[in-house]
Amino acid sequence: MAAPREYEDIPGTYVYDAERGRVGYALNMFCMSLNKAENRAAFKSDEPGYLARFPVSDEQKRTVLDRDWLGMLKVGGNIYYTIKIAACDGLTFQDIAAKMSSMSKDDYAKMMLAGGRTPEGNLFKDPPRKDEA
Amino acid sequence: MARIVGGIACSHVPAIGVALDRGIHETPYWAPWFTGTAPARDWLAKLKPDVAILVYNDHANAFSLEIIPTFLLGVAAEFPIADEGFGVRPVPPVIGDPRFAWHLAESLILDEFDMTIANAMPVDHGLTVPLSVTCGRVDAWPFRVVPLCVNVVQYPPPTGRRCLRLGQALAKAVATYPEDLRVVVYGTGGMSHQLQGERAGFVNRQFDEDFLDGIVRDPDRLTQFSHTKYLREAGSEGIELVMWLVMRGALGANVREAHRFYHVPASNTAAGLLCLETT
Repeated sequence: MAAPREYEDIPGTYVYDAERGRVGYALNMFCMSLNKAENRAAFKSDEPGYLARFPVSDEQKRTVLDRDWLGMLKVGGNIYYTIKIAACDGLTFQDIAAKMSSMSKDDYAKMMLAGGRTPEGNLFKDPPRKDEA
Repeated sequence: MARIVGGIACSHVPAIGVALDRGIHETPYWAPWFTGTAPARDWLAKLKPDVAILVYNDHANAFSLEIIPTFLLGVAAEFPIADEGFGVRPVPPVIGDPRFAWHLAESLILDEFDMTIANAMPVDHGLTVPLSVTCGRVDAWPFRVVPLCVNVVQYPPPTGRRCLRLGQALAKAVATYPEDLRVVVYGTGGMSHQLQGERAGFVNRQFDEDFLDGIVRDPDRLTQFSHTKYLREAGSEGIELVMWLVMRGALGANVREAHRFYHVPASNTAAGLLCLETT
């Protein structure tokens, strides 16, 4: 694994960098296949069977079947690709953004109408406590 | 001779396209955006461009992770509309300008910008939403379009400095095209937004306002922004804003701001629009 990157101290953010690109390739290519209507139908009729066509890991498979949107990012999913699964389910970006940030759809929509998630407290991960350092 | 008559910076939030396609653009949620951007449509109609160079990024539609071009120019005669996973947007196909596009490709490559060349590719909301915002609902787009794609999906995207310089090289390429063409350049994407992770929904108005000012008056200052600064302060998807610098580089040192509009939210995103004239 490459040396730590300076963007790793941004909270709640999974930069799709070389490491995630290497790990997530097959998962994202599965998502890409859902751009075709016939593949969307095949996936919806037999999700595990359709996923078996792609060399994805067991954990990647689980995140897809469980619709664990945050988990997908942690195993190399790229949001522009995983959104294809959401589209297949009839969900929007706002639906899964709410799920990833553990908010209800209503609360998330209200937050956006009020100007979005604020920079205050959201630019840096909490500094480590002194007894951990 | 071809000349650049204007520049447009515009967010390309897919939900904006959906709002127009479904005819819900006058609802209380969407009316502020479509009212606020109306002067841009009037301005562009009066400018009467023959062709647009439209800088945008593809979102896993024309290209997958199989091949990831950093800079790409579309030289096709026509670009079909992509199915992005939920059907094809009901907008007209995009008509290209192969002769002009090939000239740009040759000029840029000999000027040391190593463009990938695409003879066939569909175009997604990254390209069609800015057209919809600035042209409205139409049966045919009112000008030809040369798509210029920038990778911002796989980290790292090109730097802001490189994008500004690409714009400067584009200006040289346009100026050496013999045909009398009125050209506009679009830089699209942004503004601050984050679609992923626990921080989804992140918006930074202060960053955006500073960026809008900087694009108009001092783009060189913006080229100092590191990728981490964009990711942290504009959100993980806000890094798309580097594409505005391609447009700005093409317009030359001094510009006049014709119109500016900024609105939160467009779905998950802070949306901005800027119309610039060359002086």
